[in-house]
Amino acid sequence: MERIPILRMGQFLLVTIQVDMHDRLALQLQDDLTEKISECSSRGVLIDISTLEIVDSFIGRMLANIAAMARVLDAETVVVGMQPAVAITLVELGMSLSGVRTALNVETGMELLYELRGDFHSEMGG
Amino acid sequence: MSKLPEMINKHHEEIRADWLKQMSTAVRRADLISNEELESQSRELMDAIAMGARSGDVTNLDGPAWGQARDTLSAISASRAKQGFSTSETATFVLSLKQPIFNAVRRENPSDPAALFEDIWKSTQLIDKLALITADAFQVTREKFIARQQEELMELSTPVVKLWDGILALPIIGTLDSARTQVVMESLLQAVVQTNSRVAIIDITGVPTVDTLVAQHLLKTITAARLMGADCIISGVRPQIAQTIVHLGIDLAGVITKAKLSDAFALALQRTGQVVTRVNGDNAGSKKTLLRREE
Repeated sequence: MERIPILRMGQFLLVTIQVDMHDRLALQLQDDLTEKISECSSRGVLIDISTLEIVDSFIGRMLANIAAMARVLDAETVVVGMQPAVAITLVELGMSLSGVRTALNVETGMELLYELRGDFHSEMGG
Repeated sequence: MSKLPEMINKHHEEIRADWLKQMSTAVRRADLISNEELESQSRELMDAIAMGARSGDVTNLDGPAWGQARDTLSAISASRAKQGFSTSETATFVLSLKQPIFNAVRRENPSDPAALFEDIWKSTQLIDKLALITADAFQVTREKFIARQQEELMELSTPVVKLWDGILALPIIGTLDSARTQVVMESLLQAVVQTNSRVAIIDITGVPTVDTLVAQHLLKTITAARLMGADCIISGVRPQIAQTIVHLGIDLAGVITKAKLSDAFALALQRTGQVVTRVNGDNAGSKKTLLRREE
């Protein structure tokens, strides 16, 4: 079965969605990601959706859910690279994803994660 | 059988002369239209009416015989709308044809009141219909005008400007309705992607009023920008607008608002880790500003 790969980068997990999201794939990702967060005791999750062109309310809710679940497991979630059309669609659907942090691209997203986990720098430095 | 069609056909030259005289006293706008133009327009229209009258039917103008009269009238009316005539002036152009025709009808029926009444009634109907066509055409032209201007306004009034590295500004001028919000939102989000901007300043100094609907549109735009990873700052909130927002109970919590564009710009610089400082050079009096990035 098709799966979305989850890459581990130090204390963070990187998910890049490069295929069309359908509902089962989304649920599978939710399972895999929570599993992986607890397994690696990750502090942050970065989801890159720059190639995602179509969203519906289900995918939108799934993004919000993943962020909420990650927070319970003490990891911050940053969604990066959302396309303008996708953003407009989500707003028109009435989903503001208020619990999800966002960034323009992977680079600024990683910066944001480091910022959110201010303690990470000191750990690296020390 | 009414003699009106035949009469119009026969006497249309006299009627036209009478009509021109009539117009020169009543509705002549020498500043907008020349005598020659008026002359040629009246000739064209009178010929078309005579042609329509040849069909024998003067009360139903929908048929093909009256096609030319309708077209001529629409063209004249449209050109008057562009020249700046008022609606009543344009309608009077046609309505002033009434008296010349009545005069001709009276001359034609010196001793038969029943036929006279019949012809006058017919000609009234004819002129009224012509006037209605004129008014319709006038309005259509005006509406096209307005639609085009609205379009132009829409394109003109949604510029997205780059203020600095990573900082966009979106000065909104005029009322925000749904259609404009869509355009504003799309151009802002496109610009965010293109310029890789982290902060967008929406300046509403030029928005005359903010009601719940406008606020909702603003919030939508801000949410969409946030979803893409750009923060929005609203600036240019005038004191009256601040009062309106509170009186209407609009919740702008979670949105950064600033009174002036400069305040918003200062905050945006701070957010992107940049600072503007004044350098006092050797030349006392010359003030330079220097921008550096705080890494």
